[in-house]
Amino acid sequence: MIISVASGKGGTGKTTIAVNLALTLAETEPVCLMDCDVEEPNAHLFLKPVLEGRAKVTVPVPVVNEEKCTGCGRCGEICAFNAILPLGKHVLTFPELCHGCGGCTLLCPTGAIREEPLEIGVVEWGRAGAISHIHGKLKIGSPLAPPVVKAVKNHKQNMPEDIISIIDAPPGTSCPVVASVSGSDFCLLVTEPTPFGLHDLTLAVDMVSELQVPFGVVINRAGLGNGTLVDYCKAENIHILAEIPFDRRYAACYAKGGRLIEEFPEVKKAFQDLWHEICATAERV
Amino acid sequence: MKELLVISGKGGTGKTTIVGAFAGLAKDSFPCKTTVLVDCDVDAADLHLILKPNVRETNEFFGLRRATLDSAKCNNCGACRKVCRFDAIAEHEGHIKIESISCEGCAVCFHICPNQAISMKDVIAGRWFVSDTVYGPLVHAKLGVAEENSGKLVMEVRREARRIAETLESSLIICDGPPGIGCPVISSMSDVDLALIVTEPTVAGIHDMERLYTLADGFGVEVVLCINKYDLDYRISADIEEFCRTHNIDVAGRVPFDEEVVKTLARGEPIISPGHTSRVSQITAAKAIEQLWAEISSRLFV
Repeated sequence: MIISVASGKGGTGKTTIAVNLALTLAETEPVCLMDCDVEEPNAHLFLKPVLEGRAKVTVPVPVVNEEKCTGCGRCGEICAFNAILPLGKHVLTFPELCHGCGGCTLLCPTGAIREEPLEIGVVEWGRAGAISHIHGKLKIGSPLAPPVVKAVKNHKQNMPEDIISIIDAPPGTSCPVVASVSGSDFCLLVTEPTPFGLHDLTLAVDMVSELQVPFGVVINRAGLGNGTLVDYCKAENIHILAEIPFDRRYAACYAKGGRLIEEFPEVKKAFQDLWHEICATAERV
Repeated sequence: MKELLVISGKGGTGKTTIVGAFAGLAKDSFPCKTTVLVDCDVDAADLHLILKPNVRETNEFFGLRRATLDSAKCNNCGACRKVCRFDAIAEHEGHIKIESISCEGCAVCFHICPNQAISMKDVIAGRWFVSDTVYGPLVHAKLGVAEENSGKLVMEVRREARRIAETLESSLIICDGPPGIGCPVISSMSDVDLALIVTEPTVAGIHDMERLYTLADGFGVEVVLCINKYDLDYRISADIEEFCRTHNIDVAGRVPFDEEVVKTLARGEPIISPGHTSRVSQITAAKAIEQLWAEISSRLFV
């Protein structure tokens, strides 16, 4: 089973929910936590895993042999990403814009282009107690997150089949989020009872609906804002799986990298209940 | 004309709240000049929730083109599937099918198809708006769900904001930036005069701030920093200040954690409205944001 944790708005508590759910489940089940927020991965700050391995994530980018180039300009015509610019027989490449589609290499009539791997990030894996952990880190300055997200998810092939995977997704609703959430069996949308939280939840609901992933909502910092969030969920028939109340002690525990379920028994109970709700909701759909 | 960008790395540290307050403060500081506001967080834009815009103009945004298949011309040879590196072409019971959501628009399938069965179609990937607010014009956008190319949309809204600012002879553009360090953040950063990093004293806040600072520094962007909710963890706040000292970053503001901020926003009100400064505000955080603004504006307009 793969459960992704997403939100639309940043800072609503995705990582808190993903980490504490993983810790709760790890007492009875094999669990893997995959941090797919590769721009700003944070789960390791709470899990403190012992890393066991690391692999580079690369994108194949073009290298032009100007001796073979006839200056036909074909590569520049076909590149959809403006990553290659032929100026006669002198060809400029912009590897940071390249998506690695291989079009220029494939279609160059004289075979003057070959590909070289460009490192855009790393995938690292290890263990934190009973939890298997995988995360990706986008290289600073590289704009292209989705290939690193996909590399994190591909690494799961090395895990046992029956493992429960929890994916900590990035904020937003665009391509890195889609790369993280697609293929999940269930998605937890974490939000907070503020106008921002509600607005971005509606975007996230559109996103998971488009991906046809069943979902439910977790309200974090409940009690801090107003009731329109609950009204929205009722009106849209969206199941609220759990509410974690706002408590300055929880905020302080999170701040220092603490684990809520280990410090607050009532939170542990809430996460056990959340897991039952996920199972019950996932079965209904 | 100056361009100020507010960014954070980690989401939810208070970027939009601070930009909303700055909008009111800028109007008070420069009563004769118009400030142009931009929301660069195009896939989860929230600034309009504070600024309450009247949309004056709506424009379509075309992202990358996407492959579409004319099945009448397709003989299911599978050449397209072999060349697609994005798993966007699948085969179902001998029939080729394009998975539009995975298509990155590279057009390699279009070029390789021996039967010209694939065409590249323009897709509306989002919309961007020019709006009026009581604070000044706002340029904002809504990227379609599950769309790519947010960096290009960020460039479009920034270009429009600059055009408006030039026409109105504005002295300032304030941009609310996206979270993360990827393509929309890189697009937001180019050529700004000052980037304000809003961070919080949490292990995640400091970790993400360091990555973002490295990115900004690599692009040669001048950076100042604000610690929001600084009293949530004094030890981590001290670590952030230490990082700033060693990297020569000015800490331009320290804003306390204040539940009133959330309550005010939940009522749909700005924490600072024009002509209504902290002297009459019940919000302790508002006073700290005013000091932050004074610091930032003196830096921008020496």
